Amino acid sequence: MFSSIKGRIAVIVGLVLLCGWTLMPQEGPEGNTISPLNLGLDLQGGMHLAVELASDTTLTDQARSDALDRVLTTIRNRVNEFGVREPIIQKVGNERIIVELAGIDNPERAKDIVSQTAFLSFNVVRTDGAVMDRLERIDQAIVDELGAENLRAAGGAGGDLSALFGQGEAGAPDTVAPDTTGADTAAAGAQQGGQGEGGLPPALAGEDTGQAAGQDTSPSPETQGLPGMQQEGGQGGAAQGELRPLSELLLQSGQNGVFLVAEQDVPTVRKFLAMDAVQGMLPNGIQLNWGANTVSQGGNVYRQLYVLADEPLITGEYLADAGPAQRDPTYNQPIVPFEMTRQGARIFERQTSRNVGEQMAIVLDGRVQSAPVIRQTLSRRAQIELGATGSLQEAQDLALVLRAGALPVPIQIVEERTVGPSLGQDSIEQGRMAFIIGIVLVILGMIAYYRMAGAMAVGALCVYVILVLGGLAGLEATLTLPGIAGIILSVGMAVDANVLIFERIREEQAAGKTPRTAVEEGFAHALSAIVDANLTTLITAIILYQVGTGPVQGFAVTLAIGIIASFVTALYVTRTFFMIYLDRHSPTDPVSI
Amino acid sequence: MWFFRNADFDFLGSRQRAYVVSALLLAIGIGSLVMRGGLSYGVDFTGGTLMQVQFEEQLTVGELRDVMNGAGFGGAQLQGFGSVNEFLIRVQNRGGESGQQVQDAVESALSDGYGEDGYTVLRRESVSAQVGEELQQKAAIAIGLSFLLTLVYLAFRFEWRFGVAAIIATVHDIILTFGFISVLNVEITLATVAAILTIVGYSLNDTIVVFDRVRENLKGTRSEEYMNVVNRSINETLPRTVMTSATTLVTLLALATVGGAVIRPFAMVLILGVMIGTYSSVFVASPALLEIHQYRKRKAQAEAAHVS
Repeated sequence: MFSSIKGRIAVIVGLVLLCGWTLMPQEGPEGNTISPLNLGLDLQGGMHLAVELASDTTLTDQARSDALDRVLTTIRNRVNEFGVREPIIQKVGNERIIVELAGIDNPERAKDIVSQTAFLSFNVVRTDGAVMDRLERIDQAIVDELGAENLRAAGGAGGDLSALFGQGEAGAPDTVAPDTTGADTAAAGAQQGGQGEGGLPPALAGEDTGQAAGQDTSPSPETQGLPGMQQEGGQGGAAQGELRPLSELLLQSGQNGVFLVAEQDVPTVRKFLAMDAVQGMLPNGIQLNWGANTVSQGGNVYRQLYVLADEPLITGEYLADAGPAQRDPTYNQPIVPFEMTRQGARIFERQTSRNVGEQMAIVLDGRVQSAPVIRQTLSRRAQIELGATGSLQEAQDLALVLRAGALPVPIQIVEERTVGPSLGQDSIEQGRMAFIIGIVLVILGMIAYYRMAGAMAVGALCVYVILVLGGLAGLEATLTLPGIAGIILSVGMAVDANVLIFERIREEQAAGKTPRTAVEEGFAHALSAIVDANLTTLITAIILYQVGTGPVQGFAVTLAIGIIASFVTALYVTRTFFMIYLDRHSPTDPVSI
Repeated sequence: MWFFRNADFDFLGSRQRAYVVSALLLAIGIGSLVMRGGLSYGVDFTGGTLMQVQFEEQLTVGELRDVMNGAGFGGAQLQGFGSVNEFLIRVQNRGGESGQQVQDAVESALSDGYGEDGYTVLRRESVSAQVGEELQQKAAIAIGLSFLLTLVYLAFRFEWRFGVAAIIATVHDIILTFGFISVLNVEITLATVAAILTIVGYSLNDTIVVFDRVRENLKGTRSEEYMNVVNRSINETLPRTVMTSATTLVTLLALATVGGAVIRPFAMVLILGVMIGTYSSVFVASPALLEIHQYRKRKAQAEAAHVS
């Protein structure tokens, strides 16, 4: 089927359709359309950071690698709440972490968040209903501040309130930012797998107690509204009834001191909580912190909002080490052992003895990672038992969190590249313009110079463009500004293969060969030059990819894809067009070339 | 249309003149490199901070320099960029300062001079000195490695004398390109290095096409003078050489003119390289091939005479 004209046409159409299909815009998870091409940071705007351990730390390779892992955890933990689509946070070698955040508005803030040292604290969960008692007044304060009419117009508290917060009225330009002092903000959470699913808190025990974990009798969570605060039924009721913008979003978790907020309501609740009026209403001595992980219940995804004592039991500086996560020999359930410093042990003993039976939230950079119950007075060595529902992976993650806070590592940004979104947009438009102008000029030139054969080359060029773009989308390569240049350059080079063939056909025809033979010979003789030329450029592209970073790699990828596509189009597509042409003309008619 | 059909230029006959041209161009390039004390490396390689800033009001480089000098950034390089009120500010990170501290200092200077909302930072690049050194090494490795691998490929595909001639042409191209980069004061960044490597590929590509034809023509005619074969090969491939250079240059010109200020230096280096590469395959690589052949022939004759 590859040799008959019909077979060849089928192959070409198939290729084009395949590439066209990869280029179809896709529906994103939020109903938005996602561009089929991954745009590099230089085109969509964004920030590329390379982070290293501060140079004054002298560590062994092992320790360095371990420290880097902890930094990685810290940064992941913080960046995940930034709301950036597909952030890239990865370790490069044993020295460096690369962070890539697309489309962020506030680079300063992002850099602060990435580069600040981790802060870990253990805070008791306040079960005395300190916040619940004030909810009614807080609701009222929100209504007073934003206006009942506005709230109703925005479709109730569950609706889109962005208009109300449009001008930073709530005084919270960066509600998603963690407060790394861990002091007093309600900070956000990460999108990791839900630990503590099912709501049973893990347990804290002294080592070798052999006590079964997860056996406590905390009530199973019911996601219902707070007593007397269920949503009013129907629009009319809501309009007449008292507005409860905040409290109707805070659902009872079944544990005192922990609310559940539906994931889609989290931004709204954050904005409410960031309002000055609300901050003023909150009782003294507490802080609100979001859980790091989401919780699934009855098909809905919730995030926990913890009411914590703002005075920590103890902070990460007293934690000597944690992990490795393991399964305890008796019950085969995952545990995370940890160890306090000598001084820390005294503090920890005093504090835990006062709070036996309470939940102790482990808070890293403002997010509650886990909240085990304190079973007994603890001292130097203790362990967190994750219970029957916990996995070893969760235990390992938790151990890493503890170590990140126990041995905070100062880090520095060694490389930064930030492109504002407007500049990126300009680059895309200018690149597109250059591409169109370039290709139109080439098309005109080819047709004027080679006539019918030129038109065939143009047809091949169109196939070529679709193949390149489809290849980029299919390989999930990233399109960068130099990458656009690479495509434009490879258009010029794609034509080269055709030029080589055409010139050869002209020569053969001038030497008196019949059209059919001239075409055959033209393709045959041009082949070795095309292969040589393409291979040398391909070598360059591969090296550039290996050695380069970011935009340069983007250039290398488009160049390589361009070379392969030009090879296919010149030798297969143009050839097919010639076969069709020869088929329709008398064997003695000279080729229009 | 068929330009240069049956072209019969005596390229090799006038190769002495080409040598003079090449020598002159090389002298200018090397001279410029020496005069300027080497290439002007961007922050990618020296370490430092680059900020592309757009101002609300129109201002001149001189005015901006006054503001920067006032803030102690006397060594800052300032350059108009893109539209009238856009500038590139390049600052070396002063000892011990992080890129962030430099950025903050520059921004506070700009805020003092033009107000908090008087400007927008469109792009920032901060590279520590250490990373700069690493990138320098990487770039050197990239250029060296691509050179080496193409050599291996040539050795595999062609007789050694073709390979040597191609290397001579490529070295000529690289030196000339660096020379022109220096003359035009284009900054060396990662993108420029990518452009230079692409040129190496393009130039070889062009040379290979001519050599491929020489190889083919050598098979047919035993009696024909070597010089004639090479010259005929250049002439036969001339239409292709011209057409391909033209199409590539057209696309690159489009990129350089409407592709935007960020990509312009990259496009400029490529344009230069395409022109140099085209020139060298005709006027450097092919003559080199001939000289090598004649040198071998003379040596062989001398040996033959010695033996008899």
